[in-house]
Amino acid sequence: MTKKENYTLNFGPQHPAAHGVLRLVLELDGEVVERADPHIGLLHRGTEKLIESKTYVQALPYFDRLDYVSPMCQEHAYALAVEKLLNVEVPIRGQYIRVMFSEITRILNHILNITTFALDVGAMTPFLWLFEEREVLMEFYERVSGSRLHSAYFRPGGVHRDLPDGLIDDISRFCERFPKHIDDLERLIEENRIFKQRSVGIGKISQQDALNWGFTGPCLRATGLNWDLRKNQPYDCYEKINFKIPTGSSGDCFERFLVRVEEMRQSLSIIQQCVKQMPEGICISDDPRIVPPKRADMKNSMESLINHFKLFTEGFHVPVGETYFAVEAPKGEFGVYLIADGSNKPYRCKIRAPGFSLLQATEYISKGHMLSDLVAIIGSLDIVFGEIDR
Amino acid sequence: MLLEITFIILKILLIIFPLMIFIAYLTYFERKVIGAIQLRKGPNVVGPFGLLQPIADGIKLLTKETIFPQNSNKFIFAFSPILTFALALLSWAVIPVDYKLVLSDINVGIMYIFAISSLGIYGIIMAGWSSNSRYAFLGALRSAAQMISYEVSIGLIIISILLTAGSLNLSEIVLSQQNYWYAIPHFPMFVIFFISTLAETNRAPFDLPEAESELVAGYNVEYSSMTFGLFFLGEYGNMILMSAMTTILFLGGWLPPFDNDFFNLIPGYIWFLLKVSFLLFVFLWVRATLPRYRYDQLMSLGWKLFLPLSLFWIIITSVILFYLK
Repeated sequence: MTKKENYTLNFGPQHPAAHGVLRLVLELDGEVVERADPHIGLLHRGTEKLIESKTYVQALPYFDRLDYVSPMCQEHAYALAVEKLLNVEVPIRGQYIRVMFSEITRILNHILNITTFALDVGAMTPFLWLFEEREVLMEFYERVSGSRLHSAYFRPGGVHRDLPDGLIDDISRFCERFPKHIDDLERLIEENRIFKQRSVGIGKISQQDALNWGFTGPCLRATGLNWDLRKNQPYDCYEKINFKIPTGSSGDCFERFLVRVEEMRQSLSIIQQCVKQMPEGICISDDPRIVPPKRADMKNSMESLINHFKLFTEGFHVPVGETYFAVEAPKGEFGVYLIADGSNKPYRCKIRAPGFSLLQATEYISKGHMLSDLVAIIGSLDIVFGEIDR
Repeated sequence: MLLEITFIILKILLIIFPLMIFIAYLTYFERKVIGAIQLRKGPNVVGPFGLLQPIADGIKLLTKETIFPQNSNKFIFAFSPILTFALALLSWAVIPVDYKLVLSDINVGIMYIFAISSLGIYGIIMAGWSSNSRYAFLGALRSAAQMISYEVSIGLIIISILLTAGSLNLSEIVLSQQNYWYAIPHFPMFVIFFISTLAETNRAPFDLPEAESELVAGYNVEYSSMTFGLFFLGEYGNMILMSAMTTILFLGGWLPPFDNDFFNLIPGYIWFLLKVSFLLFVFLWVRATLPRYRYDQLMSLGWKLFLPLSLFWIIITSVILFYLK
């Protein structure tokens, strides 16, 4: 008998199902994946190193460019980390705005993930249906920050500026309308037999394995563990808001899908509560050490003008110290580890990206599955290369 | 003699030209239908309502460069799209579009179609093999397995129809449906046949050979310009052909749904066209709605479900026919 050779397939980096620039070297036995070797680094931009040569405020926009489908959640983590080092209090209104936009970001991310997952298993209609609504969310981004994707809206101490007129009404109108679209999505694919055949029991991971591989976020919750930083280590105003943490049980692709769909509904409820509870007031701390003065003050007060000039040239100084702050980003625990040496620039900024841990388990999960399942698994793990390659 | 040949060539052209236009506008129809399902507009820029879009696409494909991959087998690489396209056209020789409106009304028409459509696999296998690309090869293998599996169930379903009609001639099969369409007594087979034609033409949810999220484009990943265009035309030609087959075998071909004066006013080929268009619409509808099967699921559906069912149906049909006689 001749020796059987495996079929080596170079999956990506330019591949429609690679979700960015994932390169997998696959060893296939027929259609069965024997080995999946992820190669990363094709989108490496040296973010962490770049941040070391930027002031604390200049570093913030880099966080938009990590996981480019959930920008504001990452700004949130960075802003919170810097606030912790500076020991600054964020005004209540600022907290609510940040939480509201973090949840809008979560919906943004989950729409992308759920629909591209459906696209990966061959259903292309949900993608086009929900992207219509995703565009509306991006318009909210644009209205507060001026840009659809890389918003750079959060600041250490609050948010850049208050919400424009009428935005709150539009957001609450969106919250009323959007559940119908989720229902449509569920009707179209959740009960679909082909969709279930493609996702139930595919890419299973046990709770213990998930923890060992460093899973967080929806992928961990799909295995049944109720772990969500918004509940377990509440930050900003999450304590004051009622919401449930959806969990699954089997940890397969289908459960991950269901958890994300339910999370979208919970996010809508959080946004609605934020809209209701949001107080009037200032949206960024009035600490002149870190927050630039108002434009009007600068016209009359020499000190304000100097302060403004100093903040935008030199930036503020952060006292010596180090901190780790993690938020529940849509993909899982997104953490920022900051070391401050007392200067105006971070000495070191280490970023913990949830996608990195998810990607490393790809081989473990996909072993013995078929090529088509591998595509479904990558889709359901929610991998975005911006944050993996940093 | 010469006159006869000229006459035949003229008849062939009379089939091919409308067919090419039909294929071209099927792509337009597909984009419009799927666009409507997905809340988009579809082509609407080139010409009124985008009606010139297929022509623009054709010109684009014709003017692009044909790229031959370096390590490909050039002859086979160029030959396979031609083969695929030619085979998609060949079967139309025996398709009766209306009463007596057929190029050659041969007695074994259905066998002829079956033989030609089985050959279709060669074009794809050769394309996958000769492009010397791993994705293309995997796509070709999938496609081969898939088309062979579903041809078996298609063949068995056809046998049930043949037993009922008592003829292998397509026109006679249609004429024997004057009282009732075979979709009524053979309804389960009608459904299975339609699903099998989806698989046979590599359309969603069985579009595994070209599964874009897995194999990028499958067997035709290395093809460009008109070589790709011929595969494309072949695929759409096969869709129309398979819908025509379904119409002839189950939906009474050119016959109107009810034999009354009003329906008889409309010529038969219009009825034929309407039925084919309806089936094609279902093709597109399915494509926009359903996710894609996995390779092994597709195989088990074909071999474990469709094959036993259609075999069982042959037995039932023959038993009933035997006792009715």
